[in-house]
Amino acid sequence: MSAQFMQYLLTGLTVGAIYALVALGFSIIFNASHVINFAQGEFVMIGGMATVSLTGSGLPYMLAIPLAIVAAALVGLALEKFAVEPARGASVVTLIIITIGASIFLRGLAMVVWDKRLHALKPFTGDTPIAIAGAAILPQSLWVLGVTLAIVLALSWFFGRTLLGKAMLATSHNRLAAQLVGINVRMVLFLSFGLSAALGAVAGILIAPITLTSYDVGVMLGLKGFAAAILGGLGSGIGAVIGGLALGIAETMSAGYLSSAYKDAIAFVIILAVLFFMPSGLFGKRGGERV
Amino acid sequence: MSLLRVDGLSKKFGGLNAVEDLSFDIQPGAVYSIIGPNGAGKTTLLNLLSGVYQPSAGHISFGEHDLTGRPPHEYASHGIARTFQNLQVFFNMSALENVMVGRYLHERSGLVSALMRSRRLARAEDACREEAAELMRYVGLHDYLSAAADAMPYGALKRLEIARALATEPKLMLLDEPAAGLNPTEALELDDLIGRLTGRGVTVVLVEHNMRLVMGVSDHILVLDYGRKLAEGPAAAVRNDPKVIEAYLGSAVAHDGSFESGIASAVAVAVEMRR
Repeated sequence: MSAQFMQYLLTGLTVGAIYALVALGFSIIFNASHVINFAQGEFVMIGGMATVSLTGSGLPYMLAIPLAIVAAALVGLALEKFAVEPARGASVVTLIIITIGASIFLRGLAMVVWDKRLHALKPFTGDTPIAIAGAAILPQSLWVLGVTLAIVLALSWFFGRTLLGKAMLATSHNRLAAQLVGINVRMVLFLSFGLSAALGAVAGILIAPITLTSYDVGVMLGLKGFAAAILGGLGSGIGAVIGGLALGIAETMSAGYLSSAYKDAIAFVIILAVLFFMPSGLFGKRGGERV
Repeated sequence: MSLLRVDGLSKKFGGLNAVEDLSFDIQPGAVYSIIGPNGAGKTTLLNLLSGVYQPSAGHISFGEHDLTGRPPHEYASHGIARTFQNLQVFFNMSALENVMVGRYLHERSGLVSALMRSRRLARAEDACREEAAELMRYVGLHDYLSAAADAMPYGALKRLEIARALATEPKLMLLDEPAAGLNPTEALELDDLIGRLTGRGVTVVLVEHNMRLVMGVSDHILVLDYGRKLAEGPAAAVRNDPKVIEAYLGSAVAHDGSFESGIASAVAVAVEMRR
């Protein structure tokens, strides 16, 4: 394996991990409501930008990061409470359009509250590259990979081992039956927005030291995360992770070996290809309803 | 005091009165069956009694609580559980997890405590798992303790729904055609299961076409026809009520032959027509 290949692979895994976190956010909300939340990218932006302004006002990372995550989660909860819930009973398409509106609104608000400039966050632990098999990896990339792994493990514990997680899974499969065993499905939807927003914020904070952040960083990251979720199969947790990593690697490989001009196009080519040839994605539900 | 009180209950779908001005009381500890020809409004009534439908008029009170207009999860939290004529199983989980989800109301720990006290939670989860397994054995699903829900046969899934409903610790259990689609042996085993449910102190509301089962287990029968109450009373009285026989078979047949064989053939005809 050439050092160059190794370098692309490591970079790909790093961006891929970010896409995976965004894709997980899409999947969690999709499972609770079958809504594709196009404001997911804005949660990523809020995480990064809030951390920038909190550290700018003198707070250390130890405080600024948790506060930024909480802020994004609150925005997510507010979005559900004030934009999605009032439209309850509306069709899924209507709800999706509401989330598109919300994303434009949040982006505009960010531009007013903060500004239109690019901001950099300091890397969490220095910026001396570490050499691995001839390639160089930034310490921040290790943070990205480590935190993503920890989150994936925590989520699989949450959905696999806690009753609240099972209640959310149950709701995703059959709302009626879930309600009739006493699960408040509206509460599940509310929580899923908070959880997705927090995941998005973590992604935005982790990537900000590498790629910079600004009020509109959520547009591209949101779309890439969406592509990753589609590739993995909407609603599948493992699919979101694999889809994110695969998309990240595909992107850096094509940028490296073909042309970096096509880097962003890869995600959209993948969306189209998946929708044409395997609409349920790699790990999505297949086939019809059992009767 | 009655467990469930229904007062002037109506449900309209457009111009159709699926349930019309229905009033009855259900006493605790009894098996209360609801029968009637196809389209009589039996399933609509169960949907009203579990909060799936909101009534167009009338009231539903359970114990001291007026549940009219409340969402389904509140019906469940007050102790009304149900099963479905067409299965509503969580096919994305194992059989055991299906029953565990039924424990949600009783083992719920908030998101924060789920994150903070993971060790206590792990113990609670083991206890929950064990209780769920116990309920599966109780309904006769010993062989499916480690099965995935989507790999189970139909008859077992029907029992799984009963186990999941039991996990919510109901006071009142609504069974919607539990014998439909079962073979005669499985249907016979239901008698026993329903008997044990009442033995546990669960009041059972049974909607069923299998007259052998209904006549065997019921204390009280409500007969619906076109959404209205046609007859109500102790099982023995209802089975000899000429109005009931007429509703099932038409008046000409009402005067000869035993009711039970008549009902059996009526059910056979009904089943034939549904195909």
